[in-house]
Order: sequence, then C-alpha cells, then structure tokens
Amino acid sequence: MKDLFSFLPARLDLVAYSLVIGVVIVSFIAGAASIFVWLERKVSGRIQDRLGPTRLGLFGLPQMIADAIKLLTKEDTSPDVADKFLFKLAPYLAFCASFVAFVSLPFGEGIVAYELNVAAFFVLAVLSSEIFGVILAGYASGSKWSLFGGIREAAQVVSYEVPRSMCVLIPVIVAGTLNLNTIGRQQMGFFWEWNLFHDPFTFCAFVIFFIVATASCKRAPFDLAEAESELVAGFHTEYSGLRWSYFFMAEYASMFAVSGAASLLFLGGWHTGFLPFEASASWGWGGHILNVLVFISKCSLLVMVMMWMRWSLPRLRIDQVMMTCLKYFLPISCVLLLGVCVWELFVPSVVELGWRYLSAAACALFMLGLVFRLLTGPLTMPRGQLPGAWAGVETPLMKAK
Amino acid sequence: MSLDLILFTAIASATALSALTVVFSRNIVRSALWLLLTLIGVSLLYFLLGAEFVGATQLIVYVGGTMVLVVFGVMLTAQQQFLKIRTRPQEWLVGGILAGSLFVLLVNASLKMGEGKAPPPSEALPGAGQIGVGFLTTYLLPFEIISVHLLVVLIGAAYLARAKRKPKEAPSDG
Repeated sequence: MKDLFSFLPARLDLVAYSLVIGVVIVSFIAGAASIFVWLERKVSGRIQDRLGPTRLGLFGLPQMIADAIKLLTKEDTSPDVADKFLFKLAPYLAFCASFVAFVSLPFGEGIVAYELNVAAFFVLAVLSSEIFGVILAGYASGSKWSLFGGIREAAQVVSYEVPRSMCVLIPVIVAGTLNLNTIGRQQMGFFWEWNLFHDPFTFCAFVIFFIVATASCKRAPFDLAEAESELVAGFHTEYSGLRWSYFFMAEYASMFAVSGAASLLFLGGWHTGFLPFEASASWGWGGHILNVLVFISKCSLLVMVMMWMRWSLPRLRIDQVMMTCLKYFLPISCVLLLGVCVWELFVPSVVELGWRYLSAAACALFMLGLVFRLLTGPLTMPRGQLPGAWAGVETPLMKAK
Repeated sequence: MSLDLILFTAIASATALSALTVVFSRNIVRSALWLLLTLIGVSLLYFLLGAEFVGATQLIVYVGGTMVLVVFGVMLTAQQQFLKIRTRPQEWLVGGILAGSLFVLLVNASLKMGEGKAPPPSEALPGAGQIGVGFLTTYLLPFEIISVHLLVVLIGAAYLARAKRKPKEAPSDG
C-alpha cells in the first residue's frame, strides 16, 4: 500500500500517501455514517412495525442526501453560558478519536493505512479517548442535562474499558501477537479456522466483547449519555447542525471500528470462510476487492446486530449498567482469560480439533435452521394472531371467536 | 530538512506549547484540556521514535484512564470560586526556581545520554513480546513490587470510596 506513490521523490510520497489516506478514511466514515443512518431508520421502522423512509426514490435511499443537506445548512448555535472554545472543540475531539482508529484497521490482506505491530492495543487505546469529546461537550454546554450525560458517559466508559481489554486479550493469547494483520492472516481458510471456534472461552469472549463494545460505543441499551427520556438529549442537547453531525459520525465510526476489531479478532477478518486459500494471492486485484467487500459486510452485519439490540431492548438504569459491568462482565472475563491460558497450555490438540469442528458445525446448522425458518415462515400472520416468538399466544380477537 | 525532523519539530513544539499553556492558563478546565493535549503529543513522539508499544500504552493509561478521571474530578469541582486559579508572586518564584533547575538537570542528562553512541536501527526496537519476557525474567522483582503497589492503591481507593454504612439505630418501640 505504501509504495502507491513511489513515482514521487523520496519523502514527498509519504506526504502524498498520508493525505490521500486521510481523505479516503474521512469520506469512508462520512459515507458509511449516512448509509447507516438510513439503515437505522429502516431497521427501526421494521422492528416497530412501520416502513421507515419511503417517499424519496428507491427504498427512500435519497433520504440520506436530504439529511446531509439539512445538517449542513442548519444554524450553528451555542448557548450564552457555554464555554465557547471547548464547546466548539468537543465534536472534533470525538471525531478525531474514531478517525485515528481506522488508521491501523486492516480491511484486507495488506489493505491497511499503517501496519502497527500493536494494532489491537492501539485501536482500543484510541477508541477509549473518544469520550473526551463527550465529557467536554457535556461540561462546556453549560447545561445540567449535558453535564449529567457527560458524567454518566465517563463513569460507564472507564468501567467498560476493563472487560473490553480483557476480552481482546483472549484471542491475542490464542494468536500470540497484537498485530491485527497477522491475527487476520492466521484465520485463513474455512470458517472453523476462525478464532471464534478455537475453544469455548473464545466463543464466550466474543459474546462478552460484543456486548461490552456496544456499551463503550454508548449504544442502546447502554445509551445513558443521551437518554432522551430523562436528559432531553444528554451531552449533545445544545448542539445543532454540522457540529452535532460530527458526534453521530463519531458514534457510527466507532461502532464500525469495534465491529472491525471483533471480526478481525474472532470472525476471521477479511476471509470468506469458504476458500481454503488467500483470495488476494491467487486472484490479484479481484481477490483484494473480495477481501474488502467481505470485511465491510462482516462489520456492517455486526453494526446491524447493534441496531437490532438498540430497537429491541429497553434502556438500563445507570446502577444496572455499572453492576452488569463490575459484578458480571469483569469476573466473567477474568475467568475466560484464565480458562484460555489453561486451554492453551494443557489441552491436547485432538480435543481442540474436535471442539473446532463440533462448535463450527453446530453454529452453521443453527444459522441454516434460522435462515430456513425465516424463509419458509409466513410473511404476515393471519388477522388476530401474533408472529414470531409470540405465535400461539391468545389475543383478544382469538378470544372473541 | 528530512521529514522526520519536520514532524518532530512540529509535534515537539506543539507539545511544549500546550505544556506551557497548562501552567499559564487561569481556567482549571482549560488546563486539564491542555494537559490532555500534552500527553497525546508525548505519545505521538513515542510513535515517531518507533516505540509503538510505549506510545499506545501512554494513550491507554494516561489519555484513556488517568486524564478521564482528572477531567471528571475537575469538572465536578470547578464551581464558581474554584474555576479560576490565582497564583501569588512567591508561588511564581518558588515554582520558577524549581522548574528552572529541573529543566537544566534534564537538558544536561538528555544531552549526555546520546554522546558517542550510534542511533539504534529502528527495526531493533523491542516489541510487546520482548518487553513481556523482560518483565517476567530479568526485571521480575521491580515488576512484582510495582504490581503489589498498584494492588494496594486499588484496594485503598476502593476502601475510601466504599458506601459507608451508618450504624443501625435501635428500632424504637413506637
């Protein structure tokens, strides 16, 4: 990747490279955020039994352009009592942190802006500094709602950082490196080679990591920093227009970044899981494009699961949030860490292989069954009957018959 | 001038400038923010030197952990009378003398450190693996002492911050 600009004189190529990479990452984040906003509206619509945006064009897709124009042209206001300098700086701080995480996130074999040897550690470190934007926004707004949001966010993220780091350590112990490129490369091949199926501990660690990562992205059910039913809009109550949009771009970018970290650490990174060789090595540019597409779709799938969680679960109280982290996730992740060490040291390779095939097969069968039920089930239920998990529950209409 | 030198000059002067602003700023929240930028600048310098692990550690420990707590504390205590810092002349004098002598000492030490040594090749810098092995073999005792120290601090903090239960009053026979 670095020798793309080798035709330029020495050192100038690095400058050109970093400029181009910066522009690519910023436009990727902005584009992905606007698509995710559209998707979020669609997903929430479907979950709440409505349609979401439909009026504009195909599936309401041009709605995201309208959204962007609205955000760009909205008046940029700030309250009188605000600390103006900090108030204006805060959104950029939040955005910078999520932006920097993408620098060391590999999108494919060698498709990475800068290959760091400690990339897994670096992504965690950078993402955890995103909260400064939120805390400063909460303080500088000069509003009590915002301050409450900022304080909740600080308490929540500092606590959730601990189990998150421990869950990252578990696949790192299996891989023996902090380099995300190497971790991705090690999981080449069929899907049972993924770290997810390495042992029971990594499987649990993935679930815990995903929940904890959702919490550290301040997504519902952990969105106490916003909590629109209690705090108006929490830390971004006083923001409008473009500055507000930086906050939500940072949110979607960090959701994508943690999903990227999850798919690299547990879900085989850029590998399809159905090819026993490295696609980019055999197919050249086609393989690279396939890798990037696979990686982006894995991340988007995880982001969609986060949306699904947001629109299905009620928000927790702050004491419940802290209790879940400190009393459950922290001890569980400690046990998983010890367990994976013991597994690596003492378990014979036969058992390991057996577990790999068994758990992968069970997961694949479960997914196939799920897809089969989704495809064969009725799209709409007859009048008076409830769908899905509530099938067969008696409704007033059934009673009337 | 090489690119490394330009980058180093830019980052180092920005770091030094924000460090000075920490001292000269009157507003305590602004001071905390500039301290945050100083720490980020130091971690950037580590990255520039090729010490990725130390840079990332600086970020996660100071920027992600310590500074959050500092900003948190400052934000909650920065009420009207504590928001502005007033420094008396004698404090300027004592602080200035201390800072000046420390600065001279550090400059002397850092100039002597590089004398007569070839700069190490950038590839040979130890990664996380070598640092970990070093901690658990050669430097086991200092490592253990620091770990136990941190554990004591952790338990002490938890003890101080625990919810204090009032002794239950005897139920009155109403």
